[in-house]
Amino acid sequence: MASMLAFAESLGGELRKVAFEAVTAARKAADASAGQVHTLLIGAPGIGARAAELGRYGADVAHVVEHPALERYSPEVFAATAAAIIRQGGYSAVFFAASAQGRDLAPRVAAKLGTSLASDVTEFEVKADGVVARHPAYTGKIIVTVRLTGTPALLSLRPGVVTPVEAHRTVQVQTVAPAMDPTAARVVVTALSQGGGAKLDLGEAPVIVSGGRGLRAAENFKLVEDLAAAIGNAAVGATRAVTDDGWRPSTDQIGQTGRLVSPDLYIAVGISGAIQHLAGMRTAKIIVAINRDKDAPIFKIADYGIVGDLFEIVPRLTAEIRKVRGTQ
Amino acid sequence: MKIAVCIKRVPDMEMRFSIGADRKSLDQGGLKYEMGDFDSYALEIALRLVEAEKSGEVVVLSLGPDSVQEMLRKGLAMGAARAVQLKVDDIPFDGMAIASALAAELKDGGYDLILFGRMATDTANGTVGPMTAELLDLPCVTSISHLEIASGRGTARRELEVAAETVEFPLPAVLTIDEGIARARLASLKGIVAAKKKPLEVKPAQLGQARLSVESLALPADRPPGRIIGEGADAVPELLRLLQTEAKVL
Repeated sequence: MASMLAFAESLGGELRKVAFEAVTAARKAADASAGQVHTLLIGAPGIGARAAELGRYGADVAHVVEHPALERYSPEVFAATAAAIIRQGGYSAVFFAASAQGRDLAPRVAAKLGTSLASDVTEFEVKADGVVARHPAYTGKIIVTVRLTGTPALLSLRPGVVTPVEAHRTVQVQTVAPAMDPTAARVVVTALSQGGGAKLDLGEAPVIVSGGRGLRAAENFKLVEDLAAAIGNAAVGATRAVTDDGWRPSTDQIGQTGRLVSPDLYIAVGISGAIQHLAGMRTAKIIVAINRDKDAPIFKIADYGIVGDLFEIVPRLTAEIRKVRGTQ
Repeated sequence: MKIAVCIKRVPDMEMRFSIGADRKSLDQGGLKYEMGDFDSYALEIALRLVEAEKSGEVVVLSLGPDSVQEMLRKGLAMGAARAVQLKVDDIPFDGMAIASALAAELKDGGYDLILFGRMATDTANGTVGPMTAELLDLPCVTSISHLEIASGRGTARRELEVAAETVEFPLPAVLTIDEGIARARLASLKGIVAAKKKPLEVKPAQLGQARLSVESLALPADRPPGRIIGEGADAVPELLRLLQTEAKVL
């Protein structure tokens, strides 16, 4: 019997989708040996009320750490507390999200425990003699399979590669104190500036509509935004060329040096398909490309491509989708 | 201010990669190597900080075989005062093994800042910086896109998914550098000449125990070959039909 721990990432008092992805991954690993799934939830007082949502995805136990100074991520307190819980728990594997927070937290925890971490994992298998994990490297051109022999094995999962699956449990809440005084942290997040308000995060959106240089000017991104709005549950992304030029904020960049995304549907508008960009989206389930150049590399990986003038094609697509979906 | 910058020699990512006969390493044929992009931004920001203060030094470190010396010389040509090679025949994939060696070297170095790129562009793990910070018990901020240092304290900006964090920390500290902070300078001819006389020390790396090893490399599963379904706006109804009935994603 091997138990697993999933780190439940939250933002502003709400669980993020990546938290459910980590719990689903842990549940799958634990079920192979009839083990338990524990979760760790850290935040401001009241965060413990979210524990039941973790139970919905298969958590048996939620270790809840509440403190007024932990409303925002505090790397030192989170790492010290996670390491303390993991030391006591005797877990076989610990799952983090390879989100901005998880990529910061997981290596710190690994170093505190003297164990190893497989980063940005897209597939894994927990075996008796260690954990085997796959990780895209070399701008996604090479898939590296690694074996972790340390105990516990730490993994950070690429957002979107695990689909959360409901597996109802009545979660048992265990209240835990932070492993260090949260007011004594040396590194302090003093401000959190929200980007575009309540917009859907690229890592969580089932559909991404993304624009490139083919749009010719920043204001033409309206076409992309309108299409995303017509679809409804869609986020807007961009290529590096576009964010470098300041047409879109750098947080919208999809590619090797930006966000790595795996949505159900990725619509590339006016994007030629540079390697840098493909590395960030080639794991999308379905790719649609709209580009005037029939030889653009994006058409080599697009499930459905339309060659032509995006300024005619995109508004037509938006209009047709509005008709079907009854959206604005 | 005394700043260490840890840099890695990585293949040019525009190349086509193929897998070696051992199935665990790249076929080296035709590969060109360079300093990692993020590492070069880290070096640039270190040089600017020392230049602005008009005192202190930048030290470049790299773990790897003798082939890293050419890149270390480039760091010296850009303006670093000295270089250290932590010599190993093969660079392990396990970030902890590398971080242990770097921490052993950096521990008593008296550095005010230790900088890394936010990740090596080849292995794309992004773990060595924060692991090294933990082993040294130093404050650490990862993936920063803006940095200010004043009277022994730093303020950095970190881009998150839907927000950005402003983070404050005391020195000494470990930082990992994202893009957007500074484009790396080109080495001047004068710098290249001067670099030849600057010290480049070679030491054996004290690697930590590796608990993560590469089993195999593979090329990514091919996506089905691309399919162009039509031209112009007239192809839109067919696209919609395929998305709804074939792909079932709308």
